[in-house]
Amino acid sequence: MDQVFINLLNGLSSGLLLFMLSSGLTLIFSMMGVLNFAHASFYMVGAYVAYTVVGIVGFWTALLFAPIAVGLLGAGFERLALRRVHKFGHVPELLITFGLSYVVLELVQLIWGRTAVTFTPPALLEGSALTIVSSAQQGMSLVLGKASPEVCAVANCSTFPATKAFMMLVALLMLLALWLLLTRTRVGLIIQASLTHPEMVEALGHNVPRVLMLVFGSGCALAGLAGVIGGITFVTEPNMAAFIGAIIFVVVVVGGIGSLAGAFVGSIVVGLLQTLPLTVNGSLATLLTSLGFTVTAATPGYPLLRLTMAEVAPILPYLLMVLILIFRPKGLLGTRED
Amino acid sequence: MKKTEFHFKPHNVGRWFIWSLFALMLFVAPRIWTSGLAQTMLTQMGIGVIACLAYNILLGQGGMLSFGHAVYSGMGAFLAIHALNMAGAGTLGIPVSLIPLVGGFAGLVAAALLGYVSTKKAGTPFAMITLGIGELVFALTLMLPEFSGGEGGVSSNRVIGKPFLGITFGPQIQVYYLVAVYCFICTAAMFALTRTPLGRMLNAVRDNPERVEFVGYNTHWVRFMAFTISGFFAGVAGGLGAINAEIVNGSDVLHAARSGAYLLFTFLGGATFFFGPIIGAVLMVICGVLLSELTKAWLLYLGLIFLFMVMYAPGGFASLILMNLRVAAFGKLKKLWTSYLALAGTALAALVGAATMIEMVYHRQLNEALGPELRFMGATLNSAGVDAWFGAGFLIVVGAGLFELVRRHYVHEWGEIQEDIEKEIKRREAL
Repeated sequence: MDQVFINLLNGLSSGLLLFMLSSGLTLIFSMMGVLNFAHASFYMVGAYVAYTVVGIVGFWTALLFAPIAVGLLGAGFERLALRRVHKFGHVPELLITFGLSYVVLELVQLIWGRTAVTFTPPALLEGSALTIVSSAQQGMSLVLGKASPEVCAVANCSTFPATKAFMMLVALLMLLALWLLLTRTRVGLIIQASLTHPEMVEALGHNVPRVLMLVFGSGCALAGLAGVIGGITFVTEPNMAAFIGAIIFVVVVVGGIGSLAGAFVGSIVVGLLQTLPLTVNGSLATLLTSLGFTVTAATPGYPLLRLTMAEVAPILPYLLMVLILIFRPKGLLGTRED
Repeated sequence: MKKTEFHFKPHNVGRWFIWSLFALMLFVAPRIWTSGLAQTMLTQMGIGVIACLAYNILLGQGGMLSFGHAVYSGMGAFLAIHALNMAGAGTLGIPVSLIPLVGGFAGLVAAALLGYVSTKKAGTPFAMITLGIGELVFALTLMLPEFSGGEGGVSSNRVIGKPFLGITFGPQIQVYYLVAVYCFICTAAMFALTRTPLGRMLNAVRDNPERVEFVGYNTHWVRFMAFTISGFFAGVAGGLGAINAEIVNGSDVLHAARSGAYLLFTFLGGATFFFGPIIGAVLMVICGVLLSELTKAWLLYLGLIFLFMVMYAPGGFASLILMNLRVAAFGKLKKLWTSYLALAGTALAALVGAATMIEMVYHRQLNEALGPELRFMGATLNSAGVDAWFGAGFLIVVGAGLFELVRRHYVHEWGEIQEDIEKEIKRREAL
């Protein structure tokens, strides 16, 4: 039971991390029609920049600095490269971000090396945020921070790392800030208007290309922020972009392309789907056996039936994507048909 | 039925000439480059040509940007290697020369199963879906070691059965000619496809899907048909690859990097022209075998070339060649060649500077233990000293600056020549 609770928290936190990435992706896509293939690359750059800056100015400044730096890089890329191919259509726009993902990966390897770097969280975020103590006598209880070793000697302790709690906190704050920015500020209103009526907004005297540059830069900055937090929680290595890149596209397709609320729901669903099955040790074979069938190595399809839920967890999001495409092609909360 | 009117249909001499030349090139290439490495590379090029042309049915002709085409060539490779093993064990009576067709049908079936979902949408959603399906198939295959051989892959032996007319497929040259025959047939078949009503509808779906719907065609169905055909040819390429390598490893043939390479090189070759992917495939093998030997940073150079190609020449190398051929046909190339020389010279200077810096950074990054000295282009550089860095930086600045000056002049000249050519065409039409 305690393990299930911890897993639920793990799933929620990784879902919220996915949301930090997919929100930027969705924002850019719905504003500019550009699918930023290099979004995960900006995530990686955020982690590496923060890793370098941490040694000079400390973690909390780096947390602020890295997203700004990544945002500037993104805005620069939009201004110098992406804007040039805008007139060729959406496929070249996607291609140029695809090319960028190659270049960024190689540059990161060039600057920081091909192996993982040790990017450790600050002292405040080390250790665990909360511990669930379950003992046979007193049942389950929740301890903030780390439980004392004496308690854990007699009971079963499961911990939830502070970095993941911090990840959830930042993601929720970001969600709130994004929502306030888009609905309650003048800039947000212009952004929303440029979404649907770019010509009208331009006629009113706003510089739409600059708004687009701003949006692209902010989307990249969000990815950079996610990168800093992902970097301290997981491993900072050149593979981290490829590792998360495909999943955020799945999130966007599942949630509904171009819908911010859809991205949120999709992120949580995918995050839970990746982590919750990890505790389940059963497979289709055990399910069939408990239903009264006999399953042996000779049963047709046994190699498939034998796979446990924990083993197939990494591919469940992709399966969900295929099912969504078959039964609800516009995604869970999507409104666009095409 | 008797023809009532006479149609004048001359033989298309140019087309006969080009196809004969293509066949001749396929035939004589291994006699010109006879070394073992060259033959291996030529074989891979033949396979790459099929794969890239198959990919271009989607990208160039259908406007569909797929990030997961390795699924179909990979499935073809797996089924082909299993068929080869079964043929070797005597349970399946099929000659080695037909094994690629098994791969083709595997690709066809996989594309028919997965293509229905993938092709529901075009454009950006299509790209995302193919990426997801690529990852799904990759992960799932590695989970089934009975099928994929797990980490080690499935290996086989292509020399089976009695030799037929002395052909055992043991020597590389025989495999090359098998690949060459398949390459020629598949290229011809894919070219023929562009001339069929389906091929034309595919172009229409790429350019204006809404209008196609109004004319009464189902765009999803057209895309789906193209997708399965493309899957078939990709599978043939995979099957040939399996015969050539005698081993199929899921973490290689199904990996996203493979799909990325198809996309990258098809585009670099020129997706808007039928023959563009052929150039791309040749580049793919040259880069993968020779350039990667030369420098560790080859993917960086490749990525940068790709970025510039997308920005300045979206038609790839094929369009660059064709545009200059047009200039040459109007006898204006002699005006430009000095500019080309200047462009090449300045670009080379800037590139050498940049490459020196990149190589020095890589050297410091990877070969720290070997000391600060490295050999680059016949010179010994000290990556710890200031001189080499300053020299490289100077080369970049001067090269790039001069390049920009020459480029402005060139763009001006190019525009004038194009205008002249347009006028000349108008004048000839008026005659």
